[in-house]
Amino acid sequence: MRNTGIARKSGRHCHGRSDCPEDFDSMIRVQQLVKKFGDFTAVDNVSFDVAKGEIFAFLGPNGAGKTTTIKMLTTLLAPTSGTLEIDGMNPVEKQHEVRQQIGIVFQDPSTDQDLTAWENMELHGALYHVPRKVRKQRAELLLKLFELWDRKDSLVKQFSGGMKRRLEIARGFLHTPKILFLDEPTLGLDPQSRNQLWTHVKYLNQNEGVTVFLTTHYMDEADRVANRIAVIDHGKIVAMGSSAELKAQTEKESLEDAFLVLTGAGIRDEAAGSAEQMRQVAKMWGRR
Amino acid sequence: MEPIYMLWLREVKRYTRSRPQILASLGQPLLYLLALGFGLGATYQKANGGSYLQFISPGIIGMAVLFSSVFSGIALLWDRQFGFLKETLVAPVPRIEIMFGRTLGSATTSMIQGLLVSIVCLIAGFRPISLSAIPVALFFLLLIAILFAALGTTIGSLIPDMQAFPIVMNFLVLPIFFLSGALFPLDTAPKALQIISSFDPLSYGVDGMRGALVGHSHFGPLVDTIVLICVAIVLLCIGAWRFSKIEI
Repeated sequence: MRNTGIARKSGRHCHGRSDCPEDFDSMIRVQQLVKKFGDFTAVDNVSFDVAKGEIFAFLGPNGAGKTTTIKMLTTLLAPTSGTLEIDGMNPVEKQHEVRQQIGIVFQDPSTDQDLTAWENMELHGALYHVPRKVRKQRAELLLKLFELWDRKDSLVKQFSGGMKRRLEIARGFLHTPKILFLDEPTLGLDPQSRNQLWTHVKYLNQNEGVTVFLTTHYMDEADRVANRIAVIDHGKIVAMGSSAELKAQTEKESLEDAFLVLTGAGIRDEAAGSAEQMRQVAKMWGRR
Repeated sequence: MEPIYMLWLREVKRYTRSRPQILASLGQPLLYLLALGFGLGATYQKANGGSYLQFISPGIIGMAVLFSSVFSGIALLWDRQFGFLKETLVAPVPRIEIMFGRTLGSATTSMIQGLLVSIVCLIAGFRPISLSAIPVALFFLLLIAILFAALGTTIGSLIPDMQAFPIVMNFLVLPIFFLSGALFPLDTAPKALQIISSFDPLSYGVDGMRGALVGHSHFGPLVDTIVLICVAIVLLCIGAWRFSKIEI
C-alpha cells in the first residue's frame, strides 16, 4: 500500500480489517452501505475507508453504482442502510457541516447555461464563501489554465461539449475543499485538458493535502493518480488495493486486463434516464 | 446574505436575457383583454356593471403575476434536469437561503411582468381612479408575486419532472385563475361559487388591486392584506421545508 506520507494517528477506525494498516486515519469511512431504488439495489453492502490525504479511485463499468455512492457521500441522497462518515461526520445528520468540507465535479453538466462562464464562476465563489478578491484571482487563473479566458463573457450554452466540461472542472477547483469528489471528470475531455486536470489534482493533493475520491472508467488514469483503487460492479466492491496489488491478484500485466477479469467482458446498458428525455423535450421547445 | 443576492441576481439576469419570451408572455393577457374586455364589454355595461375593461384589468394583471410566478418557480425542474440545482444543493449554504434567493428572484421577475401587463392595460384604455392608488396596487402586486413564487417553488420541489406539468396547469393554476373573481364580480356570483372563491388566494390579490385601482372591493383591503400575508408565510414555510428535502 502506498499510504506513505499520509497523516498517521490512531487505528481506531479499522476494527482489525486486513486491508487496513495500523496507522490509518480515515477521511471517508463507509460501512455496509446499501441504496435501493424500489426493487433495484444500486449499491449493495459496500464498505471502504479513504485515508486523509489519499487519492482513492472507484473503478467500475456503467451502472455499477459509482455515482450513487458519490451522491450519498455528498449529502445529495440518503442511504437505505449502512453508515457513512465524512471527516468524522454523518452526511445524513450533519449535511451542512459536511458540505463545508467538500468540493465536487459532477459527471453530468451542472453549470447554468444561461449565464456566462465568468458568472458561473462568480456564483460558485459566492456559494462557497470564497472572498471576493481571492475569487477573482483564482477564477482568472483557472479560466486561463483551462483555456476559457477568451470566452469568459460568453453564455455557456454557446460552448462546445469540451468547453462546458472544462468550465465544470475549473469551477470545481475555485475553492479548496478538504475532500474533492471527481465523478468521471475526464469524460469528453481532450488529452491536453486531461493532463491539466490530473496535474492540478496531484498538486492539490500534495501541496494542500486535499483528499481525492474519484470515479473513472479510464484504467490508465486510475493507474496514474490513485493510491488505491476499488473495483465496483453491480453495486458491490469486487476488489480493492493498489494498482500493483490488483494486477498481482488477477495475474495480469495491465490494469485494464485485471479490470476485465474482475468485472467480465459483457457490455452494460444504462437505462436512458429522465434527464436525457427532458433534454430532448427541451430541445424541441427550443428552451436551451 | 451574498448567496441569496447572487441567486436572486441569477433569476433576474435569466429573465432579462430572454426577451422573446417576455414578449411572448405578454400575448396571452393581451388576448384576454381584447377578447373579453372589448368582446363582453357592451353586454356587461347593459347589465349595469360599468366598464368591463376597468373591471378585468386588475384581474388580468393578477393573472400575469400568477402565471409568471408559478412558471418561474417550476423552472426549478429545469434546473434539476439540467443539473444546475445540484450545484446549489451541495453548496455549504443553508437550503432555506437558496430557496429564498430563488423565490425572491421569481417574485421580482413576475412583478416586472405584472408591471408590463399594467402598461398594456393602460394602453388598452384602463384608467386607475387616482394616482395615489398606485402604491397600494403595487403592494398587492408584490404580495401575490411572493405568494405564487413560493407556491411555484413548492410545486417544483414536489413534482419529479415536467411530465406532471399539464396536471399542475389544469388542476391548480387555471382553477386559481378562473375561480378568483378576476373575470367576474364576486358580489353577484352564486353563493357556492363565492365560497369556493374565498378559498382562492388570488381572489384576495385581485380584490386588493381592484379596490385600489377601481375603487370597488369585495372583501375589503384589510382582509385582503391579512389573508395574502398569512397564505404567503404558510407557502414559504412549506416551500422551504420541501426544498430542504430534495434528493437528486
